[in-house]
Amino acid sequence: MNAREEVLARIAAAHRIAPPPELRYEDISREYQTTSDSETAQLTELLIDRLVDYRALVRQCSADDLAAEIADALADRRAHTVVVPSGLDSLWTADFSGSVLTDGLLAHYQRTVSELDSLGGVITGCAVAIAQTGTLILDGSPGQGRRVLTLIPDYHLCVVFPDQIVADVPQALARLEPTRPLTMISGPSATSDIELNRVEGVHGPRTLEVIIVRG
Amino acid sequence: MNTSVMLGLPAMPPPAPDGVGNLRGVEKFPAAARRALADTQLRRNLGKATTTIRAKRAQVVAELPDWEQLREAGRQLKVHTMAHLPDYLAQLEAAVVARGGVVHWARDANEANAIVIDLVRDKAVDEVVKVKSMATQEIGLNEALEAAGIAAWETDLAELIVQLGHDKPSHILVPAIHRNRAEIREIFLREMGDVDPALSDEPAALAGAARQHLRRKFLSAKVAISGANFGIAETGTLAVVESEGNGRMCLTLPDTLITIMGLEKLVPRWQDLEVFLQLLPRSSTGERMNPYTSMWTGVTPGDGPQEFHLILLDNGRTAVLADAEGRDALNCIRCSACLNVCPVYERTGGHAYGSVYPGPIGAILSPQLTGIEDNASLPYASSLCGACYDVCPTKINIPEILVHLRAKHTETYADEHRVPSAEASAMAAAGWVMSNPKRWALALRTGRLGRILGRKRGVIGEVPLPLAKQWTDARDFTRPPQQTFRDWWAAEHGGER
Repeated sequence: MNAREEVLARIAAAHRIAPPPELRYEDISREYQTTSDSETAQLTELLIDRLVDYRALVRQCSADDLAAEIADALADRRAHTVVVPSGLDSLWTADFSGSVLTDGLLAHYQRTVSELDSLGGVITGCAVAIAQTGTLILDGSPGQGRRVLTLIPDYHLCVVFPDQIVADVPQALARLEPTRPLTMISGPSATSDIELNRVEGVHGPRTLEVIIVRG
Repeated sequence: MNTSVMLGLPAMPPPAPDGVGNLRGVEKFPAAARRALADTQLRRNLGKATTTIRAKRAQVVAELPDWEQLREAGRQLKVHTMAHLPDYLAQLEAAVVARGGVVHWARDANEANAIVIDLVRDKAVDEVVKVKSMATQEIGLNEALEAAGIAAWETDLAELIVQLGHDKPSHILVPAIHRNRAEIREIFLREMGDVDPALSDEPAALAGAARQHLRRKFLSAKVAISGANFGIAETGTLAVVESEGNGRMCLTLPDTLITIMGLEKLVPRWQDLEVFLQLLPRSSTGERMNPYTSMWTGVTPGDGPQEFHLILLDNGRTAVLADAEGRDALNCIRCSACLNVCPVYERTGGHAYGSVYPGPIGAILSPQLTGIEDNASLPYASSLCGACYDVCPTKINIPEILVHLRAKHTETYADEHRVPSAEASAMAAAGWVMSNPKRWALALRTGRLGRILGRKRGVIGEVPLPLAKQWTDARDFTRPPQQTFRDWWAAEHGGER
């Protein structure tokens, strides 16, 4: 028997020695919350509260002011060169006076890792934001980029639109395509490994800034 | 003919093999615990850390009105999955292969280690970066790689502290929980080589030193090794839950990714993650959500490793599955909430348990993975207070399984020894005495003889007699009263009942 056959045979043996209880998938109890009647404005407030609680910087602006707000954030950060994923709306960086590099999904158009390590930051959108947990989810779609793009630069600026904000984890997962490469981000890189206290800033971006576009 | 053959029962699946991995301690729990208790620095570090995390967990759990409903869903999902493992494993395998991954099966630690070594050698590299993984600690992968001439770089901060300190992990989530900031600073200064001697012991400065130390390793690594928190059968998606970003580095930068996953990490469908991604972070780090969670399915062109291997590991798990009263130990999602609330763990720390799985969950998981006789003292490393059961996100009834394993150990001992144990003899004698009212009344009066002891303190300390010593060397006894309850009752009420 090869390893696969043997492991499966062991499971079958275990089930015969100790027959498992009958519980169909459809009968699994799911009495937890999967819907929310909160309105967008409430969800936005909750998201901001949770983002700030985990030490993310938060800005708010109207859709018309987005380019100015991004330029302002980058100026505060003193970033001269930033990278954006292909597919990001070029109007977002229209007011920024520094240089904007684009990273493509095809290997040929990708920036090297050491180049990303030397840049002033990265700007992306997101697929979904979870209000209850202060979580941003990126799925690699245009405007969000491959996973390393939001990992190597030390500053990540993420733009969230009102229709991307959901109440909780169940509603967020329902919106996602699981086979895409997914990254869930809740605050800047942190660790609880020293005396079990949360400390920001290990390997990922040490600064996470979020711009929430008002509806 | 042996009865199991007559009944047509198949052979018991084998436990995790001895001589490899880190499931068996070198000494019994009471001896190891005594030494740990004498270390006042250790007790201070543990007391501080577990108090912090208990408060954080309680706060974020209280935020969710549906916490109990989530726990029940988590429990039922695990029970259902364990009953349908073959189907879900096959489904996971097919989904991973369909998306360009390669799936390997490993009967035990030796087989898993050999598969990894072959894969790494095939890439002609002599070092790998690693994401913190209980499964790889369990099978002793780092030791096996080192023996094969391959350097394994632990990238999780706590794992790095353990590795640089030539130490052993003592907690599931925070392997260096037994070290405080001053000790960590000393280890970094001594071992890192490239650290500024002016490094302070502020946690943020220590985290910064780790960032600098590992950065070049990450950017040049060709092969990474990870565990998995969840594997979704329906889609073939794997999930790693972390904080620092070292996981993201390992999962996205190298060309080749090797993931080792215990069979029990399966989750039937994508939707089911909505339960576990709420239960796990709140139970483990006491956060609403951990900073980073990565999910990937096979290989994605242009994003992350272009070669992906998944190793499905048994190593004694099927032996656990064959025990109806103990198998729920497989439902563990490795949050470590039970360690943080355990009065025994809080005082002894993780090293005393000998296995990489310490605390209450370790006391029921390790003896089942290895076979009870190889970790026989662990089911007794508990006061059965039940705090672990209350916090477990998948509602594993740890106290009940501890009692079951104690009984199993007693039975195994009786089967293997002609002379009964001192405890069994005492129980038999007690049974004889208690079965007759006259004998029982006489025994109670005899108990007053205990008043000879403990006259000074009012309690009875260590009694230097066989059996009595084992019980009293860690416990004080109240001095028996002058009159037994029966005598008092007879004096107060005459002969009435």
